[in-house]
Amino acid sequence: MNTGITGENKMENKEWSAPFFRPFNAVGRVVIEWVDHLGAATIFLLAALWKSFRARQFAKVVSQLYYIGARSTAIILLISLFTGMVLGLQSYHALAKFGAQGAVGILVALSLIRELGPVLTAIMVTARAGSAITAEIGIQRISEQIDALQTMRIDPLKHVISPRISAAIISFPILATFFNLVGIIGGYISSVLLLGLNPGIYFNSIQANVEMKDITDGLIKTIVFAVIVATVCCYQGYYAHQRKDSHGAKAVGMATTSAVVISCVLILVADYVVTSFLM
Amino acid sequence: MTEPLIEFKDVTKSFDGNVVLDGINLKIYEGEVTTIIGLSGAGKSVLLKHIIGLLTADSGTIYYRGTPVSQMTRQEIKDALAKMSYMFQSNALFDSLTVYENIALPLQEKTNLGKDEIHRKVMARIEQAELAAEIDKFPSELSGGMQKRAALARALVTDPQIVLFDEPTTGQDPVRKNAILGMIAQYQRKFGFTAILVSHEIPDVYFISNRVLALYDKKIVFQGTPEELENFDHPFNDEVISSLEAFQKELTGLYSLRQFKMLNSAQLKRKKSHEPYSIVVFTLEDVNSITAHLGHDAVHEAIRRMCLYVDKHFGILGGLSTRFNTSEIVTMLPHSDITETRSILDEFVKDFKGQGISDLRNWTGVRRLVAMSGSVTFTIAAGIAEGQAVTKVETVIGAARENKKAIWTATMSRQGVNI
Repeated sequence: MNTGITGENKMENKEWSAPFFRPFNAVGRVVIEWVDHLGAATIFLLAALWKSFRARQFAKVVSQLYYIGARSTAIILLISLFTGMVLGLQSYHALAKFGAQGAVGILVALSLIRELGPVLTAIMVTARAGSAITAEIGIQRISEQIDALQTMRIDPLKHVISPRISAAIISFPILATFFNLVGIIGGYISSVLLLGLNPGIYFNSIQANVEMKDITDGLIKTIVFAVIVATVCCYQGYYAHQRKDSHGAKAVGMATTSAVVISCVLILVADYVVTSFLM
Repeated sequence: MTEPLIEFKDVTKSFDGNVVLDGINLKIYEGEVTTIIGLSGAGKSVLLKHIIGLLTADSGTIYYRGTPVSQMTRQEIKDALAKMSYMFQSNALFDSLTVYENIALPLQEKTNLGKDEIHRKVMARIEQAELAAEIDKFPSELSGGMQKRAALARALVTDPQIVLFDEPTTGQDPVRKNAILGMIAQYQRKFGFTAILVSHEIPDVYFISNRVLALYDKKIVFQGTPEELENFDHPFNDEVISSLEAFQKELTGLYSLRQFKMLNSAQLKRKKSHEPYSIVVFTLEDVNSITAHLGHDAVHEAIRRMCLYVDKHFGILGGLSTRFNTSEIVTMLPHSDITETRSILDEFVKDFKGQGISDLRNWTGVRRLVAMSGSVTFTIAAGIAEGQAVTKVETVIGAARENKKAIWTATMSRQGVNI
C-alpha cells in the first residue's frame, strides 16, 4: 500500500519529533535501569543469603559482627542517650500544657521502640559501617582482589558479601535494642532528674503501656533495614567498576555516596511501608 | 600431533566498541612454557583473562583439551579452573591480609589440609620467594618487587597444573627479573606445570620458553619456538622485538642474540675468506647446585658480573658478546686470532679474580649463608676456537664448547670464600 510517505520523509518526521520524545526516553531509560538494578540486587541478596549457611562462614561472620556491631555500639549509645533526653524534654513541656506529664515515659518509650530506635540505628550504622563496607569492597573490586578470589575458585559472594549481610541482620536488632534502652534512660534523665517528674510515674507508664507487639514490630523493622543497608552497601561496592559516571578511585567514592544516600532513602520508604503493614 | 591444552579459534573481544582482540587463533600445549609477547596495551592481559574465565569472548570458540568451553558442564569448567592459577599484573594481593595470610588463603579456603600442613606449604613458598622477614607485613608495607614475589608465591602455593603469569617481572631490578624467570623455569621443570607468561623481557624470556606467541595489531601473528621467531619476517620483529630488546642490556650490557647474529654476519662479509676470527664461550657451571644453596639471585648476580667483565675486556677490542642461554655467554672477536684471544682471556681471568668476585659473600643474604650446609662451588669455564671468514659461526661456537675448561673457581661455605 502506498502511504505517500517515502523512507526519507519518515526519517525527517522522526528527527522532527525527537526533541518531544527525549524526556520520555530519558525517564524510560532511568526506570529500566532502576528495575534492572532492583532485580540484580535481589538476586545478589538471595545468593549471598544462601551462601551464609555454607561451611567456614562462622569466623567471617563473627569478624564482621565485631566490625558492624561491636564497633558501632559507642556511637549508637551516644546518639540514643541524647535522642532520649531531647524526647523527654520536648514531650514534658508539651504534655505539661495539658497536665499530662505522666505520659512522658510512654511517649518516649513508644517513639523509640516503634520508630526512632530502628530508623536512627539503621541510619547511624549506614553512616559508620555501611559507607566503609562499600569503600572496602569497591577498592577490592578495582584493585582486582575480587577477580583474584575468582581465579582461586573462592566465591566472592560467599567470602566477602555473605558474612557482611549475615552480620548486619544479627547486629541491627541488638543495636536497636541498646538504642531503645539507653534512649529511655535519656528520657529519664531529662524528665525525671532535670525536670522533676516522679520516677515511679515515668517507669510505670512504660511498663503499663508498652506491649510485646511494639517490641516485635520494632525488631521486624530493624531486620528489614539491616537487609536494605547491607545489600545496598555491598552491591554498590561490588559493582563499583561498572559505574558509567566514573572510573577507579572516583567510582569508589561515588559508589560510597550512592550507598549512603540510597540506604537512607530506602530506610525511610521501607519504614512507612512496613509500618502500614504492621498497623 | 599432540592435542592442544588450550586453543582459541577466531576469538574476538571488544570493550565499548573498541576491538581489542580480533579473530585470535592460538594453541597452547601441555607441559610447555608459552610466552605471549607484544607491546603494552596490545591486549595480552585480556587474552590471558579469557583463559582463566575472568572475561568471555564476544565471538569465537575457546577449547580446553579439545572441547569447546561453551559445551562444558559447570562442573567440568569448575574442575578445569581448579587446576589453574593466575598471577595478576597488579599482584592483586589482599590489602587487609598479611603476606602469610595472603599466601595461605587459597589453601585455607579450598583444601581440607590441617593447620600444620598449610603452615609447612606456605613457609616453603615464602622461603623460596625470600620473604621470610616479611610474613607479618601487609602488602602496602612491601616494595613493588616484594609484592610481586608474594603474588608469585600465592600463585604457586596450591601446586597448580596450569599457571598464568601476567608480567611476573615488571618492577623488578635486572638481577631479580632473571631470578624470577629462573624460578618459574625451575618450578616448571620440577612440577611439570604448563606455564603461560605475558612478558616484555626479551630475550631473557626466550631462555625459558618452549613456544612464543606474538600478539600484534589485535591478532596472533606468530606461534612457534623462540628460534623460529628470530627468522620471522614481519613488521612485528622490527617494531616490537627491536624496541623490547633494548631493555635486555640492563642485566648483561651485551647484545641480544638477534643483534649478535646480524652484527657478526656483517663483520664476516667484510673480511677476506682466509682471515681469522675467534670465538670464546663462557659458562657458569653447575647452576642448579648454586640455585639450590644460594637462590636464583646469586646465579644471576654471578652471570651479571661475568657479562660486565666480558664486555670490559672483549668489547673494547670490537668483541661482540651475547647471552646464548641462561648460563652461557658467547663472544666473537672478529679481528683477533686465537693467540691474541688467549692473552685477552688471561687478562680477563686476572681481573675477575682480583675484583669481579671480591664481594661474593654479599651476593647472598646473611640468612641464606647461615642456613647453608656444606659448601657451594662457583666455576666459570671458557673455551676458545678460531675460524676463518668462510667458517660458520655456529661451527666455531661448537668447537669452542669442545675446548672448554675451568678458568676460575670459588668455593663458598659458612666460614668464608676460598678462591
